[in-house]
Amino acid sequence: MIYLGIDTSNYPLAIALMEDQTVLIEETTNLKINHSLTAMPAIEEMMKKAKVAPADLTHIAVAEGPGSYTGIRIGLTIAKTLAWSLKIPLHMVSSLKVLAANGQSFDGLVCPVMDARRGTAFTALYDGKTLEPVVGDQHSDFREFLNKAKTIGKPVLFTGADLVIHEGLIREVLGGMAHFSAPQNRLPRASNLIVLAQQSDAQDVHHAVPEYQRITEAEANYNKQQEGQPS
Amino acid sequence: MTEDIYVLGIETSCDETAASVVKNGKEIISNVVASQIESHKRFGGVVPEIASRHHVEQITLVIEEALTQAGMAPNELDAVAVTEGPGLVGALLVGVNAAKAFAFAHQLPLVGVHHIAGHIYANRLEQEMEFPLLALVISGGHTELVLMKEHGDFDVIGETRDDAAGEAYDKVARTLNLPYPGGPHIDRLAHESDGAIEFPRVWLEEGSYDFSFSGLKSSVLNYLHNAAQRGEEIPPEHIAAGFQNSVVEVVTAKAVRAAAQYKVRQVIAAGGVAANKGLRTSLTAAFDEKGIPFYIPPLALCTDNAAMIAAAGTVMFEKGIRGTMAMNGRPGMELASWT
Ligand SMILES: [Zn+2]
Repeated sequence: MIYLGIDTSNYPLAIALMEDQTVLIEETTNLKINHSLTAMPAIEEMMKKAKVAPADLTHIAVAEGPGSYTGIRIGLTIAKTLAWSLKIPLHMVSSLKVLAANGQSFDGLVCPVMDARRGTAFTALYDGKTLEPVVGDQHSDFREFLNKAKTIGKPVLFTGADLVIHEGLIREVLGGMAHFSAPQNRLPRASNLIVLAQQSDAQDVHHAVPEYQRITEAEANYNKQQEGQPS
Repeated sequence: MTEDIYVLGIETSCDETAASVVKNGKEIISNVVASQIESHKRFGGVVPEIASRHHVEQITLVIEEALTQAGMAPNELDAVAVTEGPGLVGALLVGVNAAKAFAFAHQLPLVGVHHIAGHIYANRLEQEMEFPLLALVISGGHTELVLMKEHGDFDVIGETRDDAAGEAYDKVARTLNLPYPGGPHIDRLAHESDGAIEFPRVWLEEGSYDFSFSGLKSSVLNYLHNAAQRGEEIPPEHIAAGFQNSVVEVVTAKAVRAAAQYKVRQVIAAGGVAANKGLRTSLTAAFDEKGIPFYIPPLALCTDNAAMIAAAGTVMFEKGIRGTMAMNGRPGMELASWT
């Protein structure tokens, strides 16, 4: 079984190839370059290095979001087109869970953080031992979210490339309960993605869509308008 | 005898997710278009983020349907052609990345096509092109006169300096409270009208093949505003007819003058607004009188589709043009010749 894993949810580009339980090759770049330019060339190059042909692939794993709308669409479009073209199963894993896997074996909760501007974040709480969600993926006001996390009363390990933006706020709310992953453990790793994919069911490829965790501004405004209108 | 060439086309530059298989750049084997228009209607126009979301939902379904209808397997294809630009960046990215992944999976050559080259080559699906050729490209995003001396040779001799014709139609339609997309409603109202308000014709400097529609649009708005202040009711069909007369007269006159100056052997219209009845009638009559062959593809090939992308992509493929896995969506892509 050869798995190709792709995570383009945010600035980092994470790709990997695994044969069963063995990581053949893994790459994470954290350069602010458009994934549309870099993702397919990186995949092509990686597969060439590993001497894996497209037809050798047996599974595709992709980070489904949340994250940058454009980023997750690029990853998902590539993943579902490859899976459909090659007639192989597609596995989708939460981009937040992929990040949370960086904190696996932490005795407490793991909180992956992706900044979503205006004091908000895409975030969640996962159990450090089992990686099961304790508080599901969401788009929230980050201060409110931290206040809720505090009431659980367990130590929280934070991870994610955007931690630097929120570190002050996290310390302010959680004080000594807050732990921070080391810088090298803040980027998504596609090997983690693949391992999580191996534990998940395959998706219906045609109906696979990103998990945006947020409706578009146009839809939000439209809904507001509809509510305001006397029916 | 040369072998037949089969190209898969993919188009996602705006609000249609489309895929098609075309044989030898001339014959449609399958042509699938999933329109999002119903979804965008409630917003009164295309919302880019929503368009991108729909493309991801539809893309593999549409490509599969195109192959199924063609009764073809991927290994029977010779190349994959995709709209590289111009268009909405997020929308383009879905088609481009799907095309790259598909081409990679089957180790097929990839070709990136300019959307307007596609619109022009839609005509080749109906009859062979004769050069020199003048193409009038007229749509929601474009108003251009393109001179072609041979395949893949594009010389833009005139273009709009502000709004595209289709954009002006939509804006005027909105002020008349017509539903989106407004172009066809204006065309219909104009057709049914028993009178027309006189609006100015914008010719620009003498000899210019460029267009300008924002002034005309402002004249319409001012006229309506002044009438409202006087408490006058203006029949909307008189506005529609007056606006359409002005657009049609200028576009027809410039196209006819360019065709004569460059002694073209064929004139073709392309793009969504080419489906407009008033424009069709006027252009057909004018070129008939001049004895210059004039063609407009059927409606389904005027509006965005992937057959036109496959048609243009086939000629590029034959010329040896290839895209790489680093192909990106190019929202502001210029129409360049294939050399
Ligand atoms: Zn178009």
